[in-house]
Amino acid sequence: MIHPHGGRLVDRTASGDDRERLAKEAAQMVQIPLNQRELADLEMIASGAMSPLEGFMAEPDYRSVVDSMRLVNGLVWSIPVVLSAKTEEHENLSPGSQVALVDEVGHALAVLDLESCYRVDHDYEAQLVLRTTDDKHPGVQYLKSIRPVYLGGKIHVLRRPEHRDFTRYRLEPKETRVLFSAKGWNRIAAFQTRNPIHRAHEYLQKCALELTDGLLIHPLVGETKSDDIPADVRMRCYEILIENYYPRDRAVLSVFPAAMRYAGPREAIFHALVRKNYGCTHFIVGRDHAGVGDYYGTYDAHAIFGEFDPAEIAITPLFFDHAFYCRRCGNMASMKTCPHGKEDHVFLSGTKVREMLSHGELPPAEFTRPEVAQTLADAARQDAKA
Amino acid sequence: MANDPAEMVTLKIPRPLYTRLKQLIDGTGFRSVTEFATYVLRDLVAHPGKAPDEEQRKEAQPLTETELSAIRQRLRELGYL
Repeated sequence: MIHPHGGRLVDRTASGDDRERLAKEAAQMVQIPLNQRELADLEMIASGAMSPLEGFMAEPDYRSVVDSMRLVNGLVWSIPVVLSAKTEEHENLSPGSQVALVDEVGHALAVLDLESCYRVDHDYEAQLVLRTTDDKHPGVQYLKSIRPVYLGGKIHVLRRPEHRDFTRYRLEPKETRVLFSAKGWNRIAAFQTRNPIHRAHEYLQKCALELTDGLLIHPLVGETKSDDIPADVRMRCYEILIENYYPRDRAVLSVFPAAMRYAGPREAIFHALVRKNYGCTHFIVGRDHAGVGDYYGTYDAHAIFGEFDPAEIAITPLFFDHAFYCRRCGNMASMKTCPHGKEDHVFLSGTKVREMLSHGELPPAEFTRPEVAQTLADAARQDAKA
Repeated sequence: MANDPAEMVTLKIPRPLYTRLKQLIDGTGFRSVTEFATYVLRDLVAHPGKAPDEEQRKEAQPLTETELSAIRQRLRELGYL
């Protein structure tokens, strides 16, 4: 089984007397409400999905990650995982104190041992992490919505954020690792998505499955931008697709609770490292991974892996070109495997697909499976009625 | 950038050691002795006081039988096993 990033799976869950004591003390601490991204990050830190992180980043790690895509200890890490101050009071907290991290109804989810409280430059962070400071970029919009003061330190998790959705699909890293082991899988390819799976994605996954023992379809179900297809609709698509088109003993569906950063290349590295923590040995990287609009080059998310020694990433990236159905080849193909021109390729833009669905029109079967198209069309119809 | 020559320095090691390391990495994912040495030293720095050996590579907190059983049971109930 592939080792977690940093060598061990972190578990920040408090238990026994410690948990009881902290829960009592938390009631008297300064309370910091977590936004959706921070809730997701807390959950992933707690479960070890973000190993080796043991809390929200203190200043040295934050600056090192922004500047060099490494933690201070040298381990590769490409995305800041931070907790923002929510009030002026929070901005003046002293290192050495403890604060309670609470959800939207005030439940104390964790206690943070404050190591540093530090002011940041969001433009600088955006330029390096997101490669843009354009206000239209959703990641930049997120940064503009939070205070430029972060609080960092280890966390002791008292309870996990509550979920009512996808409860049968919420597996943590230690669970996926046991699952893969029980199935006798040594090589597992992970597929990350925030979109429905169309024929092109299915093709990439099945190519990966030819090289491995099993496939983890790991859709992100944390916060996404408002015009992304909602997670519940996507999950129905994934279920129906897997039921009809994937071998049951080779493909596993489980949800990835992360929030989307839309950080393109840097997020591709982050996604790969986290899937390594889930026990995957291979990670599918398609065109414009974690991208949005045209902020990133189509294959920038491939190129960034070349900035690191493969042994440091350890999970093997599987790079795929733009894929499509070719009428002349008579099968799914990519720019690498098909000699024919665009006129022979069935490809639809996301905009075109949304337009078709909103008019009750199903995209062709060469682009998406009819069952998936029907699910999306039904959802679009419901949306229009609402 | 990791491979920018301006950001690299030269360390000297005895030739027999270099030769031994070259044999050691043959057939692994390491492309050079430099890559391997960098990896090992980073690991050492990340875990001061502990030599990077087989034990270091193992997960520090393997699951107990009870935990393993509970996870398998949950996976069965969810239909994964």
